[in-house]
Amino acid sequence: MSSQPSDAAAGTQAEISAEMAEIDKTHTSTGHARPQPVLNYPPYRSSILRHPTKDLHHADPEEIERWAPCFGPQDVGALEADLTVQHPGEPIGERIEVTGRIRDGAGRPVAGQLVEIWQANAAGRYIHQRDQHPAPIDPNFTGVGRCLSDAEGRYRFTTIRPGPYPWKNHRNAWRPAHIHFSLFGTDFTQRLITQMYFPGDPLLALDPIYRSITDARDRELLVARYDHEVTRPQWSTGYRWDIVLTGPHRTRFEEDDA
Amino acid sequence: MRRSTPGQTVGPFYHYALPYPGDHTLVPPGSANAIRFHGTVIDGAGDPVPDALLEIWQPAPDGSVVRRAGSLHRDGFTFTGWGRASTDTTGHFSFSTLRPGGPDAFFAVTVFARGLLDRLFTRAYLPSPEPAPFLKGVDAERRGTLIAVAEPQGFRFDIRLQGDGETVFLNFGTDER
Ligand SMILES: [Fe+3]
Repeated sequence: MSSQPSDAAAGTQAEISAEMAEIDKTHTSTGHARPQPVLNYPPYRSSILRHPTKDLHHADPEEIERWAPCFGPQDVGALEADLTVQHPGEPIGERIEVTGRIRDGAGRPVAGQLVEIWQANAAGRYIHQRDQHPAPIDPNFTGVGRCLSDAEGRYRFTTIRPGPYPWKNHRNAWRPAHIHFSLFGTDFTQRLITQMYFPGDPLLALDPIYRSITDARDRELLVARYDHEVTRPQWSTGYRWDIVLTGPHRTRFEEDDA
Repeated sequence: MRRSTPGQTVGPFYHYALPYPGDHTLVPPGSANAIRFHGTVIDGAGDPVPDALLEIWQPAPDGSVVRRAGSLHRDGFTFTGWGRASTDTTGHFSFSTLRPGGPDAFFAVTVFARGLLDRLFTRAYLPSPEPAPFLKGVDAERRGTLIAVAEPQGFRFDIRLQGDGETVFLNFGTDER
């Protein structure tokens, strides 16, 4: 059996939306906290055969897990944070800045750590062999960026606002516009890959990947906000999105000691 | 503690973004003491997962935690202890690395995949006559999923996301809300 349902076999948006509403109702009524997102989330069809069925086993981090891999200036070029200057011409679309702070669960900045992003172009097309969405490739836009967070945990990218794109989860399924983010903390246990969304997107309510975070307070943490202070005159609009990692397990004393 | 930002699936389109030249070669293959750490990722139907991404993080052979940059632009001499590998069309991944050292040594492993809504953590312990203290706290029938298999060139570690022989995945106390 293929884990990627064909269009013919897929349900409608109304069916998927009804499934999502039912899960929300169950989670609200039972009221107990769950890890977010829920790994077993059948409205996201590809999760059905790919989620563990056993409870995660509790582990206290061992020494190696209380440290994170190190990245440095030799790993990331200064221009990699600007996705609009990677080709000879200007990419098409709405130029935006995306910036924010990365902190750990105790509010401490995550400094000097690698941030990677990838995204579709303004038309909702990835430069990826398997993306067959018949929307134009932009020869001046790859959609990949990297940077290191600064001493205050800040990151900043200049890019193009991505478009929404269709996918095959169900009939007429569309992903809300998003930027994929990959983040490291100061502990191995803080590793995070997630997606940043845009405020006011009507597709968010219809999207089983976003809705797999069944607690509204939690999923809204993935939505950036428009910030006129970030907007640059005559150049780009600005979005702010702060990220909070878990933990850490390691104390500042150990850090100083090292 | 603040509410932490939830994860989301890595999705199907990370291949042009996250992999990079040298991502899975922590040391050049064939160099002194290089070993292979490899395996297959399998889904609940027993099918290979061709769009998974794995990362490993490990101590050096002397057991120390490496704190050296250079994982993204490897110079061929600096061992950073961190690497990344995508599975191929047969669900197989492979790293060229060094044997992790220290008592109860393991590779810390993170798994990402299309269809997997958040990352999963696990450990690949090196086989040893006396199981690590942590392993003694894991159900005897499932313990084996956390132990790599010794091979002439290194270690094999298969990952089953679901079903028979489901790998033990870990929670470090960070996922509860
Ligand atoms: Fe995407």
